[in-house]
Amino acid sequence: MSITTGKTSPPLTLTTEGDTHVVVTRHFNAPPAVVYRAHTEPQLLQKWLLGPDGWTMPVCICEPWPGGKMRYEWANDKGHSFYITGEFVEVDPGRRIVHIERMHLPDPTPDNHIQTTFEPDADGTLMTIRMTLPDSETRAQMLSTGMAGGMEASYVRLESLLPL
Amino acid sequence: MPNLDSTFAALSDPTRRAILARLALGETTVMELAQPFEMTQPAISRHLKVLEAAGLIIRRVEGSKRPARLAPEAITEIDQWLSMLRNALAKNYDRLDRVLAQIEPQKGGNPQ
Repeated sequence: MSITTGKTSPPLTLTTEGDTHVVVTRHFNAPPAVVYRAHTEPQLLQKWLLGPDGWTMPVCICEPWPGGKMRYEWANDKGHSFYITGEFVEVDPGRRIVHIERMHLPDPTPDNHIQTTFEPDADGTLMTIRMTLPDSETRAQMLSTGMAGGMEASYVRLESLLPL
Repeated sequence: MPNLDSTFAALSDPTRRAILARLALGETTVMELAQPFEMTQPAISRHLKVLEAAGLIIRRVEGSKRPARLAPEAITEIDQWLSMLRNALAKNYDRLDRVLAQIEPQKGGNPQ
């Protein structure tokens, strides 16, 4: 299963691989070191990792070194909120991040092991996020509730919009 | 309307995905399905039950046979869901594009 988008924005791919992986790729018109900063500095993360309009990230703790913690909390204008927690495993600044995260709804979801790489590509960066879930059922659940790659705010919002 | 949890759970099995690919070619009986998969008919029937419960296939009665075919509404539903996921992801990254454009890569300080 693979989907791609294009038009004015650089193409984004969201692909399942094997039974337990989800892979997301996106090109950015900025060097790897800058894209890396936007993924690890709280004051930058809080500007973009938000999902649709109406959501903010009032709490953003990001300690990008081995053993460092992460905690992102989102809230919307209707009083809904949720958060993810995680731990950094390996960090190669400007190039690669390996971390583990889970979402709290409020019960924690199974751990998602995530490797994010930032590679020089043309005039910018190719970012590749490779998620590994414990089993195919967990991955199916993650896709069906819309959680993928730290984009939970968008998806939870979408879920609330859909008449499931 | 199909429940997306059960839909994606049904899709998480490679044999069931292969069965769906076969059904995309047209209505098929259990016996016809069992042959290429080298599986017993009861094993195929179990997979078909999961697919039917998830709303992905429709079965009808024809004598002693129960031929199966794809349920187009469920397939459309999945397409629409993945399209919404992709759009949500795209929106975050479009926002990130604008943040990146404001950062001076040569300077190490705070971009604000």
